[in-house]
Amino acid sequence: MSAPKTHERSVVVDRDEGLRLLRELILIRRFEERCVELYSATTIRGFVHLYIGEEAVAVGVMQALSADDSIVATYREHGHALARGIAPGAVMAEMYGKVEGTSRGRGGSMHIFDRDHRFFGGNAIVGGGLPIAVGLALADKMQGRSLVTACFFGEGAVAEGEFHETMNLAALWKLPVLFCCENNLYAMGTALDRSESETNLAYKAASYEMPAWTVDGMDVLAVRDATRRAVTEIRGGGGPVFLELRTYRFRAHSMYDPERYRSKDEVETWRERDPIIVLTTQLIDAALVDDDDIAAVEANVGAEVDAAVAFAERGTLEPVEDLTRFVYSERAS
Amino acid sequence: MKTTYREAMRAALRDALQRDERAFLMGEDVGRYGGCFAVSLGLLEEFGPERIRDTPLSESAFVGAGVGAALAGMRPIVEIMTVNFSLLALDQIVNNAATLLHMSGGQFNVPMVIRMTTGAGRQLAAQHSHSLEGWYAHVPGLRVVAPATLEDARGMLWTALCDPDPVIIFEHGGLYNVAGELADDAGPTDIDRAAIRRSGDDVTLITYGGSLGKALDAADALAVDGIDAEVIDLRTLRPLDSNTIVASVSHTHRAVIIDEGWRTGGLSAELSALITEGAFYDLDAPVGRVCSAEVPIPYAKHMEDAALPQVAAITAAAHAAMEGELSRHG
Repeated sequence: MSAPKTHERSVVVDRDEGLRLLRELILIRRFEERCVELYSATTIRGFVHLYIGEEAVAVGVMQALSADDSIVATYREHGHALARGIAPGAVMAEMYGKVEGTSRGRGGSMHIFDRDHRFFGGNAIVGGGLPIAVGLALADKMQGRSLVTACFFGEGAVAEGEFHETMNLAALWKLPVLFCCENNLYAMGTALDRSESETNLAYKAASYEMPAWTVDGMDVLAVRDATRRAVTEIRGGGGPVFLELRTYRFRAHSMYDPERYRSKDEVETWRERDPIIVLTTQLIDAALVDDDDIAAVEANVGAEVDAAVAFAERGTLEPVEDLTRFVYSERAS
Repeated sequence: MKTTYREAMRAALRDALQRDERAFLMGEDVGRYGGCFAVSLGLLEEFGPERIRDTPLSESAFVGAGVGAALAGMRPIVEIMTVNFSLLALDQIVNNAATLLHMSGGQFNVPMVIRMTTGAGRQLAAQHSHSLEGWYAHVPGLRVVAPATLEDARGMLWTALCDPDPVIIFEHGGLYNVAGELADDAGPTDIDRAAIRRSGDDVTLITYGGSLGKALDAADALAVDGIDAEVIDLRTLRPLDSNTIVASVSHTHRAVIIDEGWRTGGLSAELSALITEGAFYDLDAPVGRVCSAEVPIPYAKHMEDAALPQVAAITAAAHAAMEGELSRHG
């Protein structure tokens, strides 16, 4: 499958929003580039899955959500956490295994949780987060709240039974779920056409009588606009919507990955549609920003990433005596 | 009042739904059909389809939906037809319900109840008859209970629903028709402690759920032989009430464990280890075990009976303990 073409479309964004979106894309990029360095230095361990190349998906989707909406993400979720507004320092501290991390250092890169941001993981079983999203949406519906649950998952999840069970349940009960399928074409090393008899993923959702649209996931404005439309439908009580967000992972699946399954040419072709380049070009073409603005964003983000690392460095380790805390809820004695 | 285990469980459901508007029942055929074992019969008419919620045959989706609904402030009661079917939802129970609180650093507890039947004895063969509650009792983050009496059928659900963490209730399929007297004011019971259902001085029979009746029958038979057996109903399989178990065995100096699960790597092995760790120097005989035969449970009645713990095997194990012999029955 080739990179989707840029839509011929008028850019509907003002300078402030444009700069904010650009800043969020660049923050995720630079944050994760720092993660690579820290991983190489063995400061960060475990599995670390980079979102580099896919940033426009999380940033675009989050624009359409309110603070009370819920997010269920995957193990490749640094970008979602940052785009949701979770402090970069807390995310970094989590990867450092520090108690100041989002999950007290118990989850690491794959398990970022944040109650204040209604961020329900950080789920590392492919497909396992989908039923939780349906339950969150069910609770909202039963309690009369006009909220949306955005559930992110990769196209690899589409092969799991939990995907199909969840699609059916969400559509059957008309639940307010936004299914965000991040189609980066590879389930680890298995290409979509090597794992799916039907590679048009929107068809699968449509078979559950669910509106399903395919979106250019490299264009943050396209993602934002599609999500706004979807969320409006969902809040209107129409039930779930499925977005197939076509995107591409520029880096390895995890930190170690010889990338035997794809060609350098393919990666380079997609890099031409780097979401940061796409947005930058849109903003410059529309004369909304100039090179100085972009340099200022870079400087600002660089300082924020430095501060996140410093916060994580300063953090403390959870006392070993706390190992068994929170296996069960703590009760007032 | 005269009632049955099934009716007591239904009364517990009705009570929970009346007391807490956040509570709802969800599962396959819980509504229009009335529940595959008729436990929820009539509740749809009383509480409506939002709260008595029929689901598709999607164990993973609706158990996971229970997890999500619990996270968002509801108090779901999820019914799975049998423990064998619960394996289709193992991901949601073990990877999500049991882990989220700890993995999120204490941020997200999962106040849900999962009910399911367990056990054999009804000629339902190898995909409807197993006793896998010991598997769930292996998992930190879960609480596992097994009501064996009318009082517990009536009383455990509300306490489980008030628990801030996931609780699995195992209802032995052979118990639903058990009839007896239940106090008119019967209400919630604890889900922490084992109960001594019969006091005795000579040997402790340790069991739970569907095997409690067999253990009590065995105790009656042993009394005829002059052996005074104490019978412990575990009630809660995780966490085990080790104090009650160790105190009893320290008093009787002998223990026989009756578990419809398989012996190898099972709950009975854990109980035996617990006794060894806590009462080794008080033991006068090796700990005996009466478990299901290590086979998939067969259909034919005589074969199924042969596969399950029976009264004769329990009394034999108790006699062996009295004589200080190693016993491996069943």
